[in-house]
Amino acid sequence: MQAQRKTRLLIVAMILAGVSISAVLALLSLNENINLFYSPSQVHAGEVPADATIRIGGMVVKGSVNRNPDNLEVSFDLTDTAKVVTVVYNGILPDLFREGQGIVASGTMQNSRFVADQVLAKHDETYMAPEISESIKAAHDRQPEESDY
Amino acid sequence: MTSHYTGSKNHTPTPGQTRSFRIWFHRFGSSSYFYHMASRWGPRAGWLALILMVTGVYMGLFVAPPDYQMGDSYRIIFIHVPSAWMSLSVYVLMAVSSAIGLIWKMKVSFCVSRACAPIGAAFTFCALVTGSLWGKPTWGTYWIWDARLTSELVLLFLYVGYMALDKAIPDRNTASRATAVLALVGLVNIPIIHYSVEWWNTLHQGSTVFRMDGPSIDARMLVPLLITTVAMNLYFVSVLFNRVRCELLDLERRTQWVRKIVNG
Repeated sequence: MQAQRKTRLLIVAMILAGVSISAVLALLSLNENINLFYSPSQVHAGEVPADATIRIGGMVVKGSVNRNPDNLEVSFDLTDTAKVVTVVYNGILPDLFREGQGIVASGTMQNSRFVADQVLAKHDETYMAPEISESIKAAHDRQPEESDY
Repeated sequence: MTSHYTGSKNHTPTPGQTRSFRIWFHRFGSSSYFYHMASRWGPRAGWLALILMVTGVYMGLFVAPPDYQMGDSYRIIFIHVPSAWMSLSVYVLMAVSSAIGLIWKMKVSFCVSRACAPIGAAFTFCALVTGSLWGKPTWGTYWIWDARLTSELVLLFLYVGYMALDKAIPDRNTASRATAVLALVGLVNIPIIHYSVEWWNTLHQGSTVFRMDGPSIDARMLVPLLITTVAMNLYFVSVLFNRVRCELLDLERRTQWVRKIVNG
């Protein structure tokens, strides 16, 4: 009876090992396709397929948001702290869209600008009370040499 | 050492079998022992869950401060995050008890995994729906096919597939073994869900609580989150015990101890 139990234990272990190995191999080979968006650096390195609808993600550069006063058109720079891509978008931005915020835009590259048809805000993992955020901002303003991103 | 330990036998260990873990393991393998233990602790866990849930939700809605960016819409975290955690841990329990059932041929263990499936599916569904409702105001969309959302949806399909497979096979023993293998195969999805936000870039944010440098959440928000998490765990225990009791009564309906309960 002991021996049979050991065999069954071995079978269970083999199922787990086999499934894990095949999952790792499948995920490694799919790696590029599972990523939701390209970074501005990948766009500059030419890793992005031309004329295809893609998503790019990054931080909105502070002071780069230009709104057209007559319509909903807006343009802003997107960065991954290394490279910058200019995004143009015609539509309503999500509430969380602001300078310094992470966003994901889908659209196409046209003449080295990214023309977006959808802009989504990416929320980070920090949850803070407003008054604490205010005091951090105040402390940050006293030391203006900190990074802009 | 005896290999089958079902039915109402007496639980005194033989002198050669005094290791406490072995005794504990075999007691839990006994249907009548598990049934009576579950009848005793299930309702208590349920009442405690209710008290903690009311406390946690009250604190989450009225005591915790609003978020500096999202305002009040973040408060869905107190339901969304515990449900998502439960959806993963219930699956792990389902797979572990399936493995124990396969290796030691323990019937109680199969009953536990069968009872886990619908509860886990409910938690997964709840996590997906609350996340989607939060995603619209925060991200700007109800749904996106990123790695975290997609793998959580796969988890829902695994639970539903488990239940469908279980219902499709009339013979109880065959069904138990087939679903156990499915549960083990699906186990590979659990680390994928957990690490999806680290391995790939996703719209879903990274972990807030389980971080190397400590939780990045205000303590007044973290406390109600932990309270609702404990409440959902207790709720799970309570519902699981009820379902396992039903499974055991059905499984052992011809035995003496069940007849005794049914006839009063």
